[in-house]
Amino acid sequence: MSESGKFLQVSIWREQDGDGHFETFEVPRQDNQTILDVVAWVQQQADPTLSYRFACRVGMCGSCAMMVNGAPRWTCRTHVQKVADDNRLEIAPLRNLPVIKDLAVDMDPFFDKWVAAEAVFEPTQTRDDPMAPINPQDPMRIAASDAIECINCAVCYAACDVVAANPDYLGPAALNRTWSLVNDIRDDGQDARLKAVSGDGGCHNCHAQQGCARYCPNELNPTLSISGLKRATAKSLLGWGQ
Amino acid sequence: MLNLHLYMAQRLTAMIMAPLTIGHLAVMIYAVQGGLNVAEILARTQGSLAWFIFYGSFVLAVSIHAAIGMRAIMFEWLGIKGAVLSVISWGLCLFLLALGGHAVWAVTFAGASA
Repeated sequence: MSESGKFLQVSIWREQDGDGHFETFEVPRQDNQTILDVVAWVQQQADPTLSYRFACRVGMCGSCAMMVNGAPRWTCRTHVQKVADDNRLEIAPLRNLPVIKDLAVDMDPFFDKWVAAEAVFEPTQTRDDPMAPINPQDPMRIAASDAIECINCAVCYAACDVVAANPDYLGPAALNRTWSLVNDIRDDGQDARLKAVSGDGGCHNCHAQQGCARYCPNELNPTLSISGLKRATAKSLLGWGQ
Repeated sequence: MLNLHLYMAQRLTAMIMAPLTIGHLAVMIYAVQGGLNVAEILARTQGSLAWFIFYGSFVLAVSIHAAIGMRAIMFEWLGIKGAVLSVISWGLCLFLLALGGHAVWAVTFAGASA
């Protein structure tokens, strides 16, 4: 059934200099309308001062994630018809990150934790060496491949109650990336990596509630990756290798 | 707030508690089925090093396990952190150890010579 002629009641979080409130807009309903379409309509047709972040619009770049009716979503690939509650939408900045303005959050804490988790490739060879042979059927490679399609959107970080309770917790995205590198046979940073995820903000804080896996738009399972890190660090402590 | 060492301590104590809990339940069922009264149970536990080790190790594991779990809850739900968190956690561990240790001592060696 066509949605033309109907309107959405859209509450959008407005914030500047730490002072925030919801502002309601009436937005024309369209067929095949995404949440990002709604935000763009408000910015282009109702209030050009609305700040938000997006880039690719096709679910590749991870820039446009926001809280939609209380849940973290990639807005460019989330259809209004899937999440609207009786033609009502509440759109807010991502949870667990500081707001810069309106719907745009500061992603620095999120990416700082990737560095803190040693989620950076440490090569064993140079560009002058031959390509390392990778067997796609190797169990370690399969584990790495299962975790590798992260687009850094921070949806999992916003969904995580442990991050909300413990600001030092590295979070599901950084730990998921760390797990993919733990399983990369070309990498030489494992000792530092396992040490980095074993501290007070490390992988052992995860309660396995799986909010990250529930909301990950690419259907990754960071909880599973974090469980792998728990096993790897435990084996390392006991001297059992990996 | 868990790091690797607290995590391992909690997992290892859980591994100790699981078989001891099953053993405790089995003994309770046996005692009830057999119709043992308090005096008959105490006659078996008094002076027994085996029962002291059985329940003593359970109390020790519970004290460590519960204190670490409560530490995480106090940090995440109540916002307690730093030295205060450590003092309360250690205090809870020692409190449970004292309570449980007192009970274990009472049924094994406290009245053994009486």
